[in-house]
Amino acid sequence: MAGGREVRAVLVALVLLAWSAHGLYFHIGETEKRCFIEEIPDETMVIGNYRTQLWDKQSESFLPSTPGLGMHVEVKDPDGKVVLSRQYGSEGRFTFTSHTPGEHQICLHSNSTRMALFAGGKLRVHLDIQVGEHTNNYPEIAAKDKLTELQLRARQLLDQVEQIQKEQNYQRVRRRRRKAPGRYREERFRMTSESTNQRVLWWSIAQTIILILTGIWQMRHLKSFFEAKKLV
Amino acid sequence: RGGSGGMRCGMRSGSGGMRALALALLLGALRAGGTELTFELPDSDKQCFHQELERGTKFTLDYQVITGGHYDVDCFVEDPNGRTIYKETKKQYDSFPHRTEVQGVYTFCFSNEFSTFSHKTIYFDFQVGDEPPILPDMSNRVTALTQMESACVTIHEALNTVIDSQTHYRLREAQDRSRAEDLNGRVSYWSVGETLILFVVSIGQVMLLKSFFTEKRPGSGGAST
Repeated sequence: MAGGREVRAVLVALVLLAWSAHGLYFHIGETEKRCFIEEIPDETMVIGNYRTQLWDKQSESFLPSTPGLGMHVEVKDPDGKVVLSRQYGSEGRFTFTSHTPGEHQICLHSNSTRMALFAGGKLRVHLDIQVGEHTNNYPEIAAKDKLTELQLRARQLLDQVEQIQKEQNYQRVRRRRRKAPGRYREERFRMTSESTNQRVLWWSIAQTIILILTGIWQMRHLKSFFEAKKLV
Repeated sequence: RGGSGGMRCGMRSGSGGMRALALALLLGALRAGGTELTFELPDSDKQCFHQELERGTKFTLDYQVITGGHYDVDCFVEDPNGRTIYKETKKQYDSFPHRTEVQGVYTFCFSNEFSTFSHKTIYFDFQVGDEPPILPDMSNRVTALTQMESACVTIHEALNTVIDSQTHYRLREAQDRSRAEDLNGRVSYWSVGETLILFVVSIGQVMLLKSFFTEKRPGSGGAST
């Protein structure tokens, strides 16, 4: 239906307009790479929205939208494996779901060659990253599942509690798991502390012994030296 | 804004129901206006973030240093007129609530310029305004909330507090872990270094003493140190 498509386009445009008016933004240079870290439990969805604007030297302002600009988004999981590596346009939305709990790294950099033409070389990036429960769009869920207000509220509470549980499991697993040493952070934390304790203990004993032995060696060496010099 | 005028023309051709749905989606897109990010700040660097805010909006900036150096960072917040409304140096974590008086672009920056070789990981949470209602047509509500609904609202707010606490504990744990690893490294280097110094000093002392007696020959014998 032509009318429906037009309206949908209008809706999408309105949503983007509304969102962009409220976004946090920062400036990056031409080949600069900006990375953000998200520490999340597993099976958590992350949605990132960004919008870029290019600095125009002539009008001394940022152009409202610049087609042809590209941003490369790269997401790495805690083991360093690349989860997502894609090129998007000047406006984009990237989504990924974590399969391993831990620190994921989201990196953005512009690879547009057009920036080289503009001596300003400054890019304004509006960014918004939503994690877990915040990715849910409640009005959409209400419309899709035909929920009453109370049911929708209950649904929201359930989602929140699920997120809390996931985070707690992530913390607990980090503390108890023994099978994969070095893999879960809390286990490594405990191992680090214990290793520090042990090292301090052994080094103190070793150094005391070394000190005593060195002292004995010094005295004996000097004694034999003085005896040789016929001073003692 | 000429662009939005053109869009509105397109809307008028749709039905009233479509317009309501558009409004619903529009408001649904307006989340609680919060951004929380964790990023790495290299040494001698400053990174700034900006956001355009209306007058009379309440915002809160929370930040915490997770790893790096002495776990401190400089932070300042400027209003659209360039006036500094918050400035702290070498802070580990802080929370800054503020109600805007001027409409415009607010800037907050984190500076690691005082550090020459330690890069820091910084977490910040910039919350703007109050949370919008769960369904967009609630602002036209005429009746009060039922008991069930207000119970749900209470539970929702309590759960928000729980989630915030979890984030706080997770960051503290990350920071403690970072400190423990630093400590471990430092103990190793210090132990090895001290053993070396011990050997150098003891051998050096003996050499020095021997050199005193080899060069000069005290006739009376019995040179003491």
